[in-house]
Amino acid sequence: MWAAVLRHPQPDPAVSLVNYATREITCKIVYYGPGRSGKTTNLHYIYQRVPDARRGNMVSLATQTDRTLFFDFLPLDLGSISGFTTRLQLYTVPGQVYYHTTRKLVLQGADGVVFVADSQARQLEENIESMQDLHANLAEQGVDVRGIPLVIQYNKRDLPSDLILDVAELDDALNFREVPSFAADALHGTGVFETLRGISEFVLKRLSANAPATEVAAR
Amino acid sequence: MSLDERYRFENFVVGAANKLAVAAANAVAHAPGAAYNPLFIYSGSGLGKTHLLIATGQLAHQVMPELTIYYATLDEFVEQLHGAIAAGRSDAFRQHFDTIDMLLLDDVQFLAGHRETQSEMLRLFNALQRTGRQIVLTSDRAPAEISDLDERLITRFSGGLIVDIGPPDYETRVAILRRKCEERGAEFEQGVVEEVARLGFSNVRELQGALNRLVACATLGQQRVTRGNVRALLGERLDASKTLTPAVSGAVGDEFSSFLHELADAVGDTIAPWRARLGEAITEWQQLGYRVDRLERALEHTDDPGVAELLAAFERDVDRLRRLSAEAASLDGAVVDGDLLRDPDRVDEAEALVARVVTGAGPLPAPRPELSHAAFEAGPSNQLAVHASGEVVEEPGRKYNPLYVHGPAGVGKTHLLHAIGGELVNASGGAMRVACLGAHQFVDELIAALQEGAIERWRARYRDVDALLLDDVQQCAGTERAQEELFHLFNNLYADGKQIVVAGDRPPRALDGIDERLRSRFGGGLVVEIRPPDRELRARLFARALADGDAAADPELVEYLAARPATSVTELLATVSRLRQAATISDAAITPAFARAELEGTTLAAAPTLARGAVGIDAFFLDREKVVWEWPDLSGLASEELR
Repeated sequence: MWAAVLRHPQPDPAVSLVNYATREITCKIVYYGPGRSGKTTNLHYIYQRVPDARRGNMVSLATQTDRTLFFDFLPLDLGSISGFTTRLQLYTVPGQVYYHTTRKLVLQGADGVVFVADSQARQLEENIESMQDLHANLAEQGVDVRGIPLVIQYNKRDLPSDLILDVAELDDALNFREVPSFAADALHGTGVFETLRGISEFVLKRLSANAPATEVAAR
Repeated sequence: MSLDERYRFENFVVGAANKLAVAAANAVAHAPGAAYNPLFIYSGSGLGKTHLLIATGQLAHQVMPELTIYYATLDEFVEQLHGAIAAGRSDAFRQHFDTIDMLLLDDVQFLAGHRETQSEMLRLFNALQRTGRQIVLTSDRAPAEISDLDERLITRFSGGLIVDIGPPDYETRVAILRRKCEERGAEFEQGVVEEVARLGFSNVRELQGALNRLVACATLGQQRVTRGNVRALLGERLDASKTLTPAVSGAVGDEFSSFLHELADAVGDTIAPWRARLGEAITEWQQLGYRVDRLERALEHTDDPGVAELLAAFERDVDRLRRLSAEAASLDGAVVDGDLLRDPDRVDEAEALVARVVTGAGPLPAPRPELSHAAFEAGPSNQLAVHASGEVVEEPGRKYNPLYVHGPAGVGKTHLLHAIGGELVNASGGAMRVACLGAHQFVDELIAALQEGAIERWRARYRDVDALLLDDVQQCAGTERAQEELFHLFNNLYADGKQIVVAGDRPPRALDGIDERLRSRFGGGLVVEIRPPDRELRARLFARALADGDAAADPELVEYLAARPATSVTELLATVSRLRQAATISDAAITPAFARAELEGTTLAAAPTLARGAVGIDAFFLDREKVVWEWPDLSGLASEELR
């Protein structure tokens, strides 16, 4: 059954970011990060805030202990903007190390990545490993990490300050490319939409700045 | 009447929220007193009630320039009423309203509490409605919600059609702003207008106020207006919680909607302006149900394919389709439901389709060829009518319009009408669409159309003619709907410069049972009389009727017959028929002596008398004008009856 479900939301490599023929803008955004950093929580929060008519069914394959087994998928229909039907497809990857293959699969064709880091000091190593894993997976797919829109979310900022690192410390450790970063408390929603807006705008700006229309349409 | 010319249908932006009100107002303007009476339009402030009300008056005046239209706000009405009462001229005030054809009254919600004004309004309402004159009212609330309003007025206000106008949606707001910019000659950079439309202005006045402020900023050179600073420039006017986005106009102020709003800006930056404009146009036309293949193909271009021209051409094609739809709707609604009339890329095919529908709608009642101009004899008793008919044929719709022909039965009015019709058709090489029919047929067709629910088709059929020739108009006396339809048909045709010829058995003023509005119109062109045939005309008619092939009639016989009194051509022709019958039976030639014997009863033989009795000579049946000679195929009708 999982295999069947897996096929359904699997990213379609032929999907264009902007399809002028059908007047559609479709952005695939992947929430990446170590296990239990709060990727699924981000999607849940978004899901709860989006009007019914604007969201598809959230596909979430989780274990009994609420750990993402394969991935989450949340399609958002933003309606017609400038005459273009705009959709966001939000994915999470399973953070656990042993789901390496699934992560690579989900990352395929991503237009933008949100790296959800756990702000806890004791999770720093996992954060770094996951960031390296992201770079490696992108490189494996021939994607230059300097080219793909990436934002970092420092999650769990609601935890006691003695348990978490400063944003500056996290930036030093993870944000060596100085991408936009957002402090968040996904459980209560702080920073969730700011992060989503940040990555969406990043994706769209990159498109408008770097990619001629024809190339994008044919991608 | 002095209506503000700025308020026209052409500059009224139609959207989903006001579509019905506009359609109703349009219908009223084209057929005052017939479509929706009264038409009651209500909406919140600044949504276009007054614009629509005045536009209705403008259009009605355009369609029927002779209409007397009265427009006032309720305040002005009350002021005039009070002034009249104070001056002791309340009767004159009332009489003034007897002369108007259309009453446009704005802001009737202010009737609340004015008991005396309500009584006067009730009286006025009754007087206008009784005579089929149009009333259009506007209010900021529905009739039942106007406090302290006489129940009888509520009933009357609600008796026609009540329509409301809602706040404009995003697309309509953009369209309104663009229209206002055009009107003011203001140009803003891409995205400014859209940004203003996204703000929470719920009515057109506020929108216009916002635009005025931006125009002022731009004109005074204080600051360049960009999409980014629109909000700042309008800052103090805004309530952030009212901010709307195109995608979630209902969910305001929450995280998702503000996210959407921000994202819209990012998308706007991503999409080239020409693509955004094209995309919006595609969305708009698609929502209206039109195919947009042409525009979608243009989107695939790498560079701007000339969007302005492209959209203008597309709009022109849509306009053509709309006109075709309107034409087809009156004939065959099923055609309108098809895809063809929604595809601007197939306008030519749509035109061909509608042409087929029009052709298939059945021929108009045509002039009868046997009642030709050549067969019509002129003499002193009808020469004015003949002369006028010649002028009508020469300059249809321009010289004598309408031409009203009257005279007693059997003097040749019907013949003249058909002769005019035939000549009009011939003179135009068959191009003119001429309807020639009696009032009785007119009424029968109308009743049938009402029964079949095909009144629109029936109207369209006659409103499309180039000339209407209506015989025996006195037979419309006592009808209600037929006179009403005839009134509007008359107005339509007259306004379009189409020729109208009407025949009756008495002058227009003497047409009892016919509405004054029709009588006055019949008398507004040229009224000519055909008197009973004089001796000269009788001689010509007898000579023609008695001619046998190339052989001319016996002059003595013609002279004898012409000397006999005859009140009509019909009677005269009956005399000839009677002589021919008698001559056939007696196997004799028609000589002056035979005629004298036959007509004066000097030598009546028994056998011919019996024979005449057997064949039952009745002048009516010998009259080619009154008898149907060519019967249509009735087999279909018979089987219909049997079923």
